Amino acid sequence: MRYLIRRILFYIVTLWAAVTLNFAIPRAMPGSPVESVLARFKGQISPHAVAAFTKLFGLGSGGIVSQYWAYLSDLLHGNLGISFSYYPSSTLSVILTSLPWTAVLIGVSTVISFVIGTVLGILAGWRRKFWLDMMLPVTTFLGSIPFFWFGLLAAFLLAYRLHAFPLSGAVDSTTLIAFNGTFLASAAYHAILPAGTIVVSSIGGWMLGMRNMMVTTQAEDYVLMAEAKGLSPRRIMMSYAARNAILPSLATFAMSLGFVVSGAILVEIVFSYPGLGYVLFQAVTNDDFPLMQGVFLMITLAVLAANFLADLAYVALDPRTRATN
Amino acid sequence: MAVTIAPAMNAGDASADADRRPGLSLRSGKLLTGTIVFAIFAIVAIVGPFVVHTDPSALTSDTLQAPSGAHWFGTTQTGQDVFAQFIDGTRISMLVGVVAGLIATVLSVIVGLIGGYAGGIVDEVLSVLSNVFLVIPALPLVIVLAGYLPNKGALSVTIVISITGWAWGARIIRAQTLSLRKRDFIEAAKASGEGRFRILFFDIMPHLGTIIAASFLGNVIFAILTQAGIAFLGLSDVSTWSWGTMLYWAQSNNALLLNAWWWFVPPGIAIGIVGSALALMNFGIDELVNPRLRTAGIATRKSARKLQRDINRDAGASALQLDTASLPGDNAGRPGSA
Repeated sequence: MRYLIRRILFYIVTLWAAVTLNFAIPRAMPGSPVESVLARFKGQISPHAVAAFTKLFGLGSGGIVSQYWAYLSDLLHGNLGISFSYYPSSTLSVILTSLPWTAVLIGVSTVISFVIGTVLGILAGWRRKFWLDMMLPVTTFLGSIPFFWFGLLAAFLLAYRLHAFPLSGAVDSTTLIAFNGTFLASAAYHAILPAGTIVVSSIGGWMLGMRNMMVTTQAEDYVLMAEAKGLSPRRIMMSYAARNAILPSLATFAMSLGFVVSGAILVEIVFSYPGLGYVLFQAVTNDDFPLMQGVFLMITLAVLAANFLADLAYVALDPRTRATN
Repeated sequence: MAVTIAPAMNAGDASADADRRPGLSLRSGKLLTGTIVFAIFAIVAIVGPFVVHTDPSALTSDTLQAPSGAHWFGTTQTGQDVFAQFIDGTRISMLVGVVAGLIATVLSVIVGLIGGYAGGIVDEVLSVLSNVFLVIPALPLVIVLAGYLPNKGALSVTIVISITGWAWGARIIRAQTLSLRKRDFIEAAKASGEGRFRILFFDIMPHLGTIIAASFLGNVIFAILTQAGIAFLGLSDVSTWSWGTMLYWAQSNNALLLNAWWWFVPPGIAIGIVGSALALMNFGIDELVNPRLRTAGIATRKSARKLQRDINRDAGASALQLDTASLPGDNAGRPGSA
């Protein structure tokens, strides 16, 4: 329990840090983004949006402390301002529409790549020769190319050249968003390329981490003892070596999630997949600062939530974290 | 005076080992290959624009040509020479990568050394700070930062990347500093009245040589990938050529639908090759530090296990469960961000 409480405290601190960064960045940057943006709209901005914008940047009266409190209270009420690019929608509603797409796409592909990567890592750590000769160069190269470039290539070869998959979007334009077979089939079909891109690009990292942990655990006395008992190699590999090697790998999973999410955001843009990454791109190209900040907060929140889930899995797998003292 | 000598094999010993026997580093094929490939790109970045005289931004009537003798990498929709763009772009991509990697590494060393050595509340605060920066996804933060930048030149982008990329290295360096600070030679330095600054930077830091080098390489990969991502989004100065800006123009001009694969393939391959070269150098260094990654372990099993236990115990004191035994691989295998 102590472990979980410590983690929860850490997430609260991180969330506070993200929220505060979000508050501080516009104020700390040189020049005044507010004026430059207002100038760019040349009077074509509604007084309502001007008010929201002014509020967002804390241009209103009051010292920095009272601005900060006002900002926090706005956040707590879910008031993230009005989006420019999706005007007159509120930033929150834009984010909530795109969140499920990202959550499913990145969630599913990350879990798949973690599972496959871990299994391959177990094998690679167990059969060292195979790993060194075959896998290392391939996974190193795949891990070094940008996710989004791999997405471009996949889109070009599989969607544009072979017409095997749709080039962009998340569902057919004719399909209504409803919870039925047609919609789910169309959504799954559209998700294959972006998800595949994320899986292929991120698998090497998990694999390498797991492989190195397998190498470490194999030298442990309990593995030697298992061998001495004459257990089957398969049993030793899975129940003795891998069972222990997976714990640090899971801890790394939580840490690395931020990197994967960063890559996945760009993949969404390549495929015009209507998730948070694509919305972030829209916000960036349209100087939609409220939306930009809102998406940043939401992505951070989602990553923290995923981290928490990884922690729960860790607690379930490692009895030591459940110690009560 | 009974001094118990800890049999722990740690990175300090390994790096000292490497210092004594420089020949060992050359024997590592991975390190050598990686260095050569990286050096080639560095040379292209330095002398390339002096050798290739074609103006990468010049518009010509040769639009959308496939690669040929006249245009090695083909041309764009507006007749710009892709090869010239590539050579020109190598400079900014490599420069931003190396400089941002360097700044981020300096930050990691400062935070990691001070945290690991000072201990107590200072360490607690610095650890939480690095972990916060690790958990917050870097790219959205970079995007928000870059979005507010009034000037989107290479320097601003470099600074933004450095600010977001130091945390990983800081964690690794902190863990190693923790394992070094109670060693006899540090106690001796303290007893002889050396100042803290001197102990940190002249007694401890030299023993972290390989770890710092590894985190520098990791930071450069991160920086090159992030720069490519930012430029791809059009958040850097789109009129200066870099591998990322090439991809930005290719994407915004629908190179995909124009069947112009030569437009977007070279920058991606280049990023992949440079990244692999850096990763190979990192593996080479890992193998120096952790001989067990080379072949089946023999002599050092016991001591390596002890190191793992020590570090686990130290890490248990921090806010995050950390397994340093996996650190070298951790660093080399950290997934890219873009």
